Parts: sequence; structure tokens; C-alpha cells
Amino acid sequence: MKPVEITKLSFAYGGPPVLEDVNLEVGEGEFLGVVGPNGGGKSTLLKLILGLLAPDSGNLKVFGENPKKSRRRIGYVPQFSEFRRDFPISVRDVVLMGRLSGRMRPGPYSAVDRRAAVTAMKGARILDLKDRRLAELSGGQLQRVLIARALATDPDMLLLDEPTASIDSSIEESIFELLRDLNKRMTIMLVSHDVGFISRYVTRVACLNRGLVCHTTSELSAKGLEDVYGSPVQLIDHHSHLPTEAPE
Amino acid sequence: MMEFVRTLGSQAFLQYAFAAGFLASLGCGIMGTFVVVRRIAFLAGGIAHAVLGGMGLALYLGYSPLGGALVAAVAAALIIGIVSLRAREHEDTLIGAIWAVGMALGVVFISRTPGYNSELMSYLFGNILMVSSGDLMLMAMLDLFLLITVGLFFRQLQAVTFDEEFSRLRGLPADLLYLFLLVLAALTVVLLIRVVGLILVIALLTLPAAVAGQWTGSLGRMMGLASILGAIFTTGGLALSYGPDLPAGATIILLAGSVFIVSTLFKSRRIRGRRS
Repeated sequence: MKPVEITKLSFAYGGPPVLEDVNLEVGEGEFLGVVGPNGGGKSTLLKLILGLLAPDSGNLKVFGENPKKSRRRIGYVPQFSEFRRDFPISVRDVVLMGRLSGRMRPGPYSAVDRRAAVTAMKGARILDLKDRRLAELSGGQLQRVLIARALATDPDMLLLDEPTASIDSSIEESIFELLRDLNKRMTIMLVSHDVGFISRYVTRVACLNRGLVCHTTSELSAKGLEDVYGSPVQLIDHHSHLPTEAPE
Repeated sequence: MMEFVRTLGSQAFLQYAFAAGFLASLGCGIMGTFVVVRRIAFLAGGIAHAVLGGMGLALYLGYSPLGGALVAAVAAALIIGIVSLRAREHEDTLIGAIWAVGMALGVVFISRTPGYNSELMSYLFGNILMVSSGDLMLMAMLDLFLLITVGLFFRQLQAVTFDEEFSRLRGLPADLLYLFLLVLAALTVVLLIRVVGLILVIALLTLPAAVAGQWTGSLGRMMGLASILGAIFTTGGLALSYGPDLPAGATIILLAGSVFIVSTLFKSRRIRGRRS
């Protein structure tokens, strides 16, 4: 069951199409980077995968199902640079939100939830920040908190929106190191404006701009991937041309 | 001041006013915290003014003003809430319209109702010195209801207030919870408006919570501190107004507003000091 399968997808917000005839597959265990200019439809694509928007035409399956049904298997990490930080809440309480479900169970979080949050904070290496207030965090720390919250949902795939926008490059590198570690146990898909950095970490890059998607396998070969994952990993070839230059 | 303390010991009306201040502060501390962190003070103001229209209409038609206020508040909360969920771009205008029209309806109907002509001021500023024991019971019941519901579903309400999109992705009924929150705020406005007046409700919903938010690190503690501050403001305002015979509601608001300004200045200086 492929984490994401998109065929001939088109979408418009009432005006000209934002996404047109998009074909994309994300294989299990893959680390896919989607790059493209602002307004190229990257965030829209994420919202479609999360089932927050519905495609106008084409087919979109997430873990073989309607995105709304499978959204609970996805750990979503929103754009932290647009995130409010003045909310009076501790890091631990933000991460615990990953444990909520639609069952509306009244009362406090269970011991199981609390343990899962600790594990998630360890996974994102922020356990020492657990009592900090959100307003006291740096950009990179907030990003890790949001990753921890996504991990607390116990996801099969992580979906990240611009995880390294407006943080400096040494912290950017440490975020990508973290993601590479996490990729050993789950599929990751992220959108970013920054193609240069991404290609050192991801297994595949997709470029998205006004409906055009093209792929390039990064430096990692299929053999290299087998070594990393310990099992053969399918690389998907969409017979598209390689980008001649990096998009902005 | 001594006269105030002496009167407090002997006069039931002043004791009732105190109790009303405490009970109003608790409800406003809980709901005001949501109003402030969700940044819907303007929305709460719109609901409060719609209540004036509902009360005026009910009075004019000879029904209970409380019933009219309840219907108007819940209707306004749901209309504004649904529009803000469906068509956010129209939310501001709609609130402005409900605000103005609600107020105008209230003024017109109150002026047309025999015996109530002079009482518009008491709807705006309330009369905390004329609270009855029945009013106190209603407020206590509201507080209890708020404590129980917010206590039971604190995690979910905190989540939708903090990050609506993420809550929705987790499967929480985010729209319903948001509307529920607005209805709770509307109920709070209705029950408190009769006691402390329209403007004091808005002040008690926003100012104590705003000050508390500057000094606390969690929603629960913010609610607690906001309630305590609200009690201090109402008590202090009553005491300050008693000697010179100032309007109690307005004095409470001015006290709360002053503390808010001082707290904001103090906080921003501290932050600037830390950054430099």
C-alpha cells in the first residue's frame, strides 16, 4: 500500500488551476522533497493529501484510501514560521495534543498518552525543553516541538510544510539530520523552497510549479537505499525530464 | 474607606455586590481566557450588543428579558460562528453589523417600553449594587456549569483554540467545539449583563484575562489568575467608588483598564530589556 498515490490531479481555488495534471507516488520508507516557487502549489498539495481540500479532478489515495480516512496515519507538521507563539502553553502540552482523537474522551490525558509524549519528545530531542513556554523557544526549537507533536500521533508518514524556512543553516542542518533519523522508521514528505539543502538528505526530489511535476533521484542510488533500509526500495520513475536548474 | 468596610459588614446589598463580583469574575476568568487567546474579543462584543437588542425586544413584547437575551445571544453566537467558519472574509463586517444593529434595536425598544426609559444606562453599566439573591444563584449555576464542561473537555477546547487545523486532522469536531465555545461565551455574557452591564461584561471578559496572559504559562493558570484579578478589580472598584459615590461598574472598568496598561508597559519594557 503506497503512502501516497496521485494520478492526473487538478485543483483550483475557484480561479486558474493551482495544480494541473499532477502525477506523484510516494513509496514506503521514502524521503521525498517537493520543491518549487511560492505559489507553485506546494502547500495546496499538502492540504489535498491531508484531505483538507478535495481535488477537482483526478485521483488521490493516501495509504490506499480516501485522504480523510487515512489522515490519522499522517503526522502533520505545519509551517512553524506562521505559528503563533504567544499562546500560554508548555512544550509538553503542545506535544500531548498529538494524542487527541475524535472520541472526545473527557478528563485529563492518560498515563499512556503521557508516556507517548515523552517518547515523542525524546525522538525530536527536546525532552529538556518540556516545561518551557512556547514563547521562550527559538525557531529551530519550535520546529522540533511541532515534529514531536506529529510523532506523538504515532504516524506512518510525516508531512512537513517548509520545515526550515527562516531558520539559520546550522539549525536547518540539524533538523534535516533529525528527519533522516526518523526516516529510518517512517515515510517522510516535505515541501521546501530550498532545493540545495534538501537534495543532500532526501531520496527523491519532486519539483512542483503550476501543475508540472518532475522528479529526480538524488545522489542516493537504489543500491544505496537498499543499504539504508535493509530491503529493496522501489524508485518511481515518472519518465519526466530532470530540471535543468534549481527552482528558487 | 472605613465607612465602606463598616457598611460592608452591615448591609446585605453590599455583600451581594461583592458576591456578584466574585461570581462574575470566575465565569469571566474562564471564558475570557478563551476569548483572549482565540482573539475573539470583537466577536464577544458583538454578541453582547446583540443581547441588548434581544432584551429590549423581549421587554417590549412583555416577555422575560432574560429569555430574550438568551435567544439573541445564542443566535448571534451561532450566526457569527458559522459565518466565521464558512466565509472568514465577511466575519468582521458581520460582527460590526450585529454590534450596531443589536445596540440600536435595544435602544429603540427600551425607549418604547413604558417604565424602562431611564434604564438604558443600567443595561450598559449594570447595577452591581442592586443584585438579588436570585441573580446570585443563577450566576453560581453558570459558574458551576462552566467549571464542569470546561474541566471535562479542557484538552479538546485547548487544542482547538491553539491549533484548529491540527485538531481537525486529529479527528476532533473542531467546528462544533468552536461553536460550543461561542455559545458558552454567549451564556456568560447573558447572565452577567443583567448584573454588571454590557460594558463591564466585555471589560471583565478581556482585561483580567489579557493581564493574566502576560504573566502565566498555561491556559489553566491563566484562567485562575484572570478570575483572581477579576475579583480584585470588582472588589477594588466597589471600594473606590463607594466613598465619592462614583458609578460602581465604570469605576471597576477604569481600575481594570489601568492595571492592564501598567502590566502591558511593564511587560514590554521587560522584554525589551531582555533583548537588548
